[in-house]
Amino acid sequence: MSIKGMIHSVETFGTVDGPGIRYIVFFQGCPLRCQYCHNRDTWNLKDGKEVTVDELINDIKKYIPFMKSSNGGVTISGGEPTLQLEFLTALLKELKNLGIHTCLDTSGFVHLDGVKGLLEYVDLVLLDIKHIDSEKHLMLTGVENKKTLEFAKYLAEINKDMWIRHVVVPTITDSPEDVKELAAFINTLKSVKKVELLPYHSMGKIKWKKLHQLYPLEDIKDATDQDLLRVAKLMDQKGVKVIGSVVA
Amino acid sequence: MKVFDIFQTGKWSKEIDVRNFIQLNYTPYNGDDSFLMGPTEETKDLWKKVSHLMEEERKNNGTLDVDADTISSIISHKPGYIDKKIEKIYGLQTDAPLKRAVLPYGGIRMVEKSCEAYGFQLNPQISEIFNKYRKTHNDGVFDAYTPEMYAARKAGIITGLPDAYGRGRIIGDYRRVALYGVDHLIEDKRKQLSTLEVDQMVEDIIRLREEIAEQIKALNELKEMALAYGFDISKPAANAFEAIQWLYFAYLAAVKEQNGAAMSIGRISTFLDIYIEKDIAEGKLSEVDAQEMIDHFVMKLRMVRFLRTPDYNELFSGDPTWVTECIGGMGLDGRTLVTKTSFRILNTLYNLGAAPEPNLTVLWSTSLPENFKAFCSKVSIDTSSLQYENDDLMREYWGDDYGIACCVSAMKIGKQMQFFGARCNLAKALLYAINGGKDEQTGIQVGPKFEPIKADVLNYEEVKEKFDTFVNWLAKLYVNTLNVIHYMHDKYAYERIQMALHDRDIVRTMACGIAGLSVCADAFSAIKHAKVKVIRNEAGLAVDYEIEGDFPKYGNNDDVVDRIAEELVEDFMTAIKKNKTYRDSIPTQSVLTITSNVVYGKKTGSTPDGRKAGEPFAPGANPMHGRDEKGALASLASVAKLPYQHALDGISYTFSIIPKALGKTMENRVQVLSSLLDGYFGQGGHHININVFEKETLIDAMEHPEKYPQLTVRVSGYAVNFIKLTKEQQIDVINRTFHGEV
Repeated sequence: MSIKGMIHSVETFGTVDGPGIRYIVFFQGCPLRCQYCHNRDTWNLKDGKEVTVDELINDIKKYIPFMKSSNGGVTISGGEPTLQLEFLTALLKELKNLGIHTCLDTSGFVHLDGVKGLLEYVDLVLLDIKHIDSEKHLMLTGVENKKTLEFAKYLAEINKDMWIRHVVVPTITDSPEDVKELAAFINTLKSVKKVELLPYHSMGKIKWKKLHQLYPLEDIKDATDQDLLRVAKLMDQKGVKVIGSVVA
Repeated sequence: MKVFDIFQTGKWSKEIDVRNFIQLNYTPYNGDDSFLMGPTEETKDLWKKVSHLMEEERKNNGTLDVDADTISSIISHKPGYIDKKIEKIYGLQTDAPLKRAVLPYGGIRMVEKSCEAYGFQLNPQISEIFNKYRKTHNDGVFDAYTPEMYAARKAGIITGLPDAYGRGRIIGDYRRVALYGVDHLIEDKRKQLSTLEVDQMVEDIIRLREEIAEQIKALNELKEMALAYGFDISKPAANAFEAIQWLYFAYLAAVKEQNGAAMSIGRISTFLDIYIEKDIAEGKLSEVDAQEMIDHFVMKLRMVRFLRTPDYNELFSGDPTWVTECIGGMGLDGRTLVTKTSFRILNTLYNLGAAPEPNLTVLWSTSLPENFKAFCSKVSIDTSSLQYENDDLMREYWGDDYGIACCVSAMKIGKQMQFFGARCNLAKALLYAINGGKDEQTGIQVGPKFEPIKADVLNYEEVKEKFDTFVNWLAKLYVNTLNVIHYMHDKYAYERIQMALHDRDIVRTMACGIAGLSVCADAFSAIKHAKVKVIRNEAGLAVDYEIEGDFPKYGNNDDVVDRIAEELVEDFMTAIKKNKTYRDSIPTQSVLTITSNVVYGKKTGSTPDGRKAGEPFAPGANPMHGRDEKGALASLASVAKLPYQHALDGISYTFSIIPKALGKTMENRVQVLSSLLDGYFGQGGHHININVFEKETLIDAMEHPEKYPQLTVRVSGYAVNFIKLTKEQQIDVINRTFHGEV
């Protein structure tokens, strides 16, 4: 009996969520309520499409040549994938059986003891630290960042490769103090392989409208290259090298 | 022959065999692009002059000037120059750059209409000659067409037929002129004639004798034309300059004589590389000089022009000439055919900026040198000017010295030609099947009369059965129509110089084609897996459809529907093959629309896949816009499943992506694109156009064309200056799926 789970969709040609060409599975359901969420339609678990691990694996197999030739693999994103722990673990395990490189794209809002077991099937964690200040994190996402930071520390402790990602939302996540504090935190994590800055953009707004929801960041402008460079420079001063979506 | 001795001699020195010459003398190149040189001051200066003329041409409604008083032939015009003092490669179609010539043998009406459309008056004497004394191809065809053929043509179920213009899609082996010199070629043709002094003078032999006699005349004219420019090309080229110049003269003769829909140049870079590398090795040429010659040569190829009517532009938008050049590929012996000149010709896109012509086509093999793959990917990302075709797939059929005629039609150079057959509208055929042979837009009985579908909900078996019957009728009519066209083209507008650069006995294919494949595949899928209700007008004609429920759509790597698409291709090929073809040509087909997907859509009513009347089809073998929901690889995989063995004239796929979706750094993007191409071709995909740009750029270019004189986009099988497309075509390009959009 193949385990079932809820997914939002798949993307066969992902190139920015992990190395190489990646098959991305967007899991349905998310415990966070990020104000800038550009996948608003992934929040409710019940809105997803039910699939089995076998079905997914059979589809993923079709793209193995592309993954191999580009040193890519599969990225599990969402939503928050760890919300469907059993399904996620089963899927990752199968992928590793096939020798496929795996990435877990997560907010880090996880029950640490619950996810420890599945990390052995994860090659790289894409950890999204949305805000270093817990209160502001709460404002922005609806939850505190304690779990995220603990998860990051644990990954460092077990020496699990991770990329730290941070969305630059002008006036919200880019104050010099916060950026410096974030950099200082990243500096304590030994297994960080890459730090990526992602520019906030309002293109997800349309999905909120479709669901008849008010878009909370109506007045916030998209992050520009200058915004990213400014944040990158601050990080750099703290000794954190950023590669980012700074390239045009 | 003395000149031969400067090269490794072999079979080629005894008989005409360019491939053998290449194999014995070329140097594969596995290195990177670091040796390449930028443009010289003279190149910049010359290109500035050409660019200025091109701007004037655009301002003048797309046609700068027409010589409306001269019937073009190989020797009709005095030599023309851009700037004689600085240009390195000589020769223009008329006596001035971008001045278009009159070529009436395909059809005089087309010439008259073109002149009129651009504000010129065709010399009345020319009109008189071709209306009164000299029959054209077009006249011949219309004399022989049956009423049924007229009706099908008018309804737009078969369109784009080369019945009023030059058929093109023939590639002369222009390299022969450089390698052997014209005298040797004439001598060879004379020998061919003597082999045709046979016991029984039957029609085939008579025709061939006449054709070869014409070829010899054309070769003599070629010599005469070159002499007017001050070059004696009776002997072989002895150095790199001569090789390029001789070859170009041969090509020039072809475009002076034929206004062919597509006038490919073949596969010349690696051939020319032999001469260039030899001169460089002997210290006679520097890298700067070599690149300069290639740049100037390519400039000439960018300037090829034909006089065409505005409605021709609807089918083949943007004034294309398809000077297709094939680059790279692998040899049968496993060595790569990539040379330094493969890089040099791609480098023209940097030295002169992006451009649609020549139609640079990379013959991709997973075994190509990694450095070359990376360079091609980089050029694509920077210029969107390249198309790629699967050498590993085609080599099996065509060897390692084939070229691409037009967009996707492979043929052995100098040994094979095709009878270009445009395409028929498969989506419309489906509607005819539903409406008992009546046109869904006019209600006219175009096809044979049979029982229309009367049910309110379409039944898969019933529709399929009627469709199959109808397709057999259509295929028969289609092939018969093409037979008429090519019989007449051979008779009244024979390609003398191009055929002079072929062997005596050649392979001919009858290149049929289909449009609307994705519409049909999705329609059958909807009929089978959802509920498709028919909406009829007062006359009982099915004019629209309502779909209840979801259904698998082509472009998502879903076998359920992809199999339908595969079967449509195979079944149509089978239907074509049942018919007798002119000159015993081998029937083939393409899945290619060029830009006619827009005009076909306009002429086709609502279809059972949910597409509304008048909406464009997807180009070539592309999935319908926005229906490929699983990302690029799924879309590519669906296309790669289409069986090349049943579509040997090519399967075209156009891919657009925003730069960011290829990765975050240039290095990533290059690697990702190379992997994408390796994977797609590894799965058996045949062709892909690669566009890398932001949709916003296109929108801005629509509003401010003056800012984007060289913005190039790949459409179905060729590239165009975006700003030269019609408004409708521009909107279609913008509306297509751009992978990587949020």
